[in-house]
Amino acid sequence: MGNKQTIFTAEQLDAYQDNPFRQRIAEAFSEDGEGNMTLEDFLDMFSVLSEMAPRDLKAYYAFKIYDFNNDDFICKADLEKTVNKLTRSELTEDEVRMVCEKVIDECDLDNDGRLSLEDFQHMIVRAPDFLSTFHIRI
Amino acid sequence: MPRAGLITAENNSDIDLEFTGDEDEVSTFQEELERGRHRGRRRDGDREKKKRGNRRRKGASKETVEGEEESQNRLEKRERRRKRAKRHQEARGRERDEEEQAKIKSGKKAKTRKKVKNEKTRKVEEKEEEEGEAGERNAKGKMKHGGAKREEKKEDGGKHTVKEKAQEVKKKKHKTVVETSSEEEMSEEANEDNEEEEKELRPESLSPEELENLKEAVDERKKLIQSLRGKPWPMKKKLVTLRESQEFVEKYEGALGKGKGRRLYAYKVMMSKKWMKFQRDFENFKTVCIPWEMKIKEIESHFGSSVASYFIFLRWMYGINMILFGLTFGLVMVPEALMGRPYGSISRKTVPRAEEASAMDFAVLWDCGGYAQYSVLFYGYYNSQRAIGWLKFRMPLSYFLVGVGTVAYSYMVVIRTMARNSNESGGGDDNSFNFSWKMFTSWDYLIGNPETADNKFASITTSFKEAILEEQESHKDDNIHLTRFLRVLANFLVLCCLAGSGYLIYFVVRRSQKFALDGLDTHTWWERNEVNMVMSLLGMFCPMLFDVISALENYHPRVALQWQLGRIFALFLGNLYTFIIALMDEINLKREEEMIIKYNISMWEASFYNSSVSGNSTAPPVIIQPADVPRGPCWETMVGQEFVRLIISDTMTTYITLLIGDFLRAVLVRFLNYCWCWDLEAGFPSYSEFDVSGNVLSLIFNQGMIWMGAFYAPCLPALNVLRLHVSMYLQCWAVMCCNVPQERVFKASGSNNFYMAMLLVILFLSTLPAIYTIVTIPPSFDCGPFSGKKRMFDVIAETLESDFPAWFGKVFSSASNPGLVLPFILLMVLAIYYLQSTSKSYKEVNVELKKKLQAQNEENKKKNKRAALKAQTDLEEARNATSQTAQQQQETDGDEKHASRQRLHHGTTGHNPPPPDHERRPLATRAPVPRPYHHDNHGTPGYLPGFSQQSEPRLYRVPSLQRH
Repeated sequence: MGNKQTIFTAEQLDAYQDNPFRQRIAEAFSEDGEGNMTLEDFLDMFSVLSEMAPRDLKAYYAFKIYDFNNDDFICKADLEKTVNKLTRSELTEDEVRMVCEKVIDECDLDNDGRLSLEDFQHMIVRAPDFLSTFHIRI
Repeated sequence: MPRAGLITAENNSDIDLEFTGDEDEVSTFQEELERGRHRGRRRDGDREKKKRGNRRRKGASKETVEGEEESQNRLEKRERRRKRAKRHQEARGRERDEEEQAKIKSGKKAKTRKKVKNEKTRKVEEKEEEEGEAGERNAKGKMKHGGAKREEKKEDGGKHTVKEKAQEVKKKKHKTVVETSSEEEMSEEANEDNEEEEKELRPESLSPEELENLKEAVDERKKLIQSLRGKPWPMKKKLVTLRESQEFVEKYEGALGKGKGRRLYAYKVMMSKKWMKFQRDFENFKTVCIPWEMKIKEIESHFGSSVASYFIFLRWMYGINMILFGLTFGLVMVPEALMGRPYGSISRKTVPRAEEASAMDFAVLWDCGGYAQYSVLFYGYYNSQRAIGWLKFRMPLSYFLVGVGTVAYSYMVVIRTMARNSNESGGGDDNSFNFSWKMFTSWDYLIGNPETADNKFASITTSFKEAILEEQESHKDDNIHLTRFLRVLANFLVLCCLAGSGYLIYFVVRRSQKFALDGLDTHTWWERNEVNMVMSLLGMFCPMLFDVISALENYHPRVALQWQLGRIFALFLGNLYTFIIALMDEINLKREEEMIIKYNISMWEASFYNSSVSGNSTAPPVIIQPADVPRGPCWETMVGQEFVRLIISDTMTTYITLLIGDFLRAVLVRFLNYCWCWDLEAGFPSYSEFDVSGNVLSLIFNQGMIWMGAFYAPCLPALNVLRLHVSMYLQCWAVMCCNVPQERVFKASGSNNFYMAMLLVILFLSTLPAIYTIVTIPPSFDCGPFSGKKRMFDVIAETLESDFPAWFGKVFSSASNPGLVLPFILLMVLAIYYLQSTSKSYKEVNVELKKKLQAQNEENKKKNKRAALKAQTDLEEARNATSQTAQQQQETDGDEKHASRQRLHHGTTGHNPPPPDHERRPLATRAPVPRPYHHDNHGTPGYLPGFSQQSEPRLYRVPSLQRH
């Protein structure tokens, strides 16, 4: 507390431009799916990415963020995009493919070759770092 | 006024609550008649109520809740509806009476839900009307309710308040709407709805069963309010639902109380709300009171969570030291300073004549000699007087108990924290999601600094590459012999380092004893402070050496880090223990010296006595200045002094290394870079990284020294508080100004307990020598609170003897005889063994369950595979028929899970239709009471209405429940 800030400085806004998923975050929380946020969407975003938000809620929105094509499944293409964003495309194609296969192998419980929300949550709630890293501070 | 009538109506409804059957019918009928009679008057009442509302609105409280426009709209709507309702009422008045009579004749007990609803709502309405008539008192109470509610709302959705604020800004001009009035409006509105409904459906009785239902509904709403934050709904829906539920609860909570108990019930509700508000405020207050929160968060955003974890640890340590300081300061130092004998009264409280000249030297500040030595800061100053001051404060006892309490408290805190940490991180240890976790949780969303982000990208990439390598197991151990040889060599070198540093410390301590025997004044500053300086320097340079050596070993970085930590730990521990052993030697020396001095003193006293006796037996004995009285060396003070010096020099070296190693280096790199032949920033010296593990280790060891020395120097916790306070600011500044983020960030969360375990080990190892000295070495004869006793802990027995009644001492002594103590110890051992074995078996069960789960998962996978295969064949067939139907089938895939999931996604991703009932509600003609109830039951056949709240971990099901 004691950090009531009403105006963003330019640096603060710049600061979040390093997040590889910034576009996705905006899209996942905006109502039109294109990153144009209403005030309520914005509030939504910060409520989910606050420290106080429960794990399941965070997991739900994390799924939305990683689901690049909005088809309610994280498919291989989504995974590849994620890896490339995380590593700034420094892995070779083979490596990326292998990582994606491993991920699907680990998480896909119903064996349909893509991750559903259930699969994702099953995996993410066990991750030790998820809660400590999946939040944003202004 | 219609008051009388209304009250009777209320009474009737109360009867309704308690009885069922025909009487209900009669009562409702009477009520209806009465109502008809008073209808005209009631209209007046309504008008008045409205006026009152307006007045209240004008009486503008500061909290604006909703935009004025919104409420205005609602007002208009309500007015329109009210007019319509009244028209209806009048038109239907006569019909209704007839109907009522018919109803009574038939004597049928209606059980349709709507009627019940109607009855309930009417009752509440009446209650509210009564409240309205009853005047200001109730209104006030209500206002309070409103306030509390509003608070709750604020908390419930932190965002809610934000929104409110936004509106506030927009509509500052219309700041006249009082929140309570707006809420009242809502309820009035609801009343209108009810009235409308009344004519359509005839009011019926309220059986206990239905009361139960109502209660359930209220509970359900309450639960909903609580769990609202965890629902993946858009904010709009959350707000609407929250508001509705709160209204609902507000309105019907009161209805549940019966008859006379109602007011009490309302009072209770009010109090509980106030209590909640208070708790919330208190929580906020506590959050505000957390020190350095903003600093740490800023660092967190620049350097990621691992560096921040160091500062959080530092803060935690600061808290512990604060408490230790409070204990020693409040129970030992202050009483002695205030109530004990003043300085100069006796020899132990006076600077000896020989040192008087140098007692005020500047060097006292770090040597802690001179006046500092003969003050409350050290053991020797305390008097052995049993009780001091008018409070009869038992000084020696207090001293002893504080010493024990410090250690006990530290143990308790550390172990409790460890247990909590292990609870939090429990279960996250299996490695089955290695890649997934790397992919989905490795990005630290907190990072808000381009440099850190670059490093993070790099480290993620390398971690992926490493994982791939490990996975492929193409880890070519091409020259395993060389690696082995190098590792053995490295360990040998490290061992040499450790032994060397140990010997160096021992040597230096022995040398310093020689210096001390010669007298300190003849030596230079370096010779006097050699021990501490050598220890600090070793602590500074050896880790660097280890770092270089570990490059030989070619370990995986995480393993290397562990080795490094282990080695530094061993180094510090070795140094500390060498120091203690040397100190023990010194203690023994001092005790021999003490023996001699004691003998001399007795001789001196005897001679003095003899001389005075022989001179003139009647002359008053010559008064000797306390400064001149010969005294023993007081080894306790010496130990305390050593520790204080150690802490001071350690602090100084830490700060100086910080300034030179970090700040100066950063300045040089920054400014020499303009005129240098290679890039200093990117090349060799570059900026320093923040070394989390090293810093944590030095913090832990510092704390260990505090624990060790605190018994002999009560000022140590105070000193440590000071040190931690300064280093908090200094290190925060240094990190922000001259460090760069680490290239390889290791998980901080996993190693938290690792550090705690280290702290526990250090705590144990540092209390060990302290306890040993307390128990085995007899205290000095002429200084400290225990002087004159054989052992320090004798103070307990003394207290038992003289301060407690005789029977207590007897009980205690009989309880402490071996016959009782041994079985007790045996029992404890057995209990420990039992607990340990049960925990072991639990662990085994856990592992078993985990295995089972995995097996089940595998089975599911297989099953699904089969199902998928089957579906695929079906698909093929279907594709032959038509391509379109085939596509549809693919989506429903024969797998039930998919179907449900699809449903779910319909619900959650389509933002457009928020639940129909919430949106349409103001227009609805039915009473709002049991609607959600209704709706839930309708929406999800087979699901219990409360199910969604209970299934917390499967939250994603909620939307599908709520939406349909």
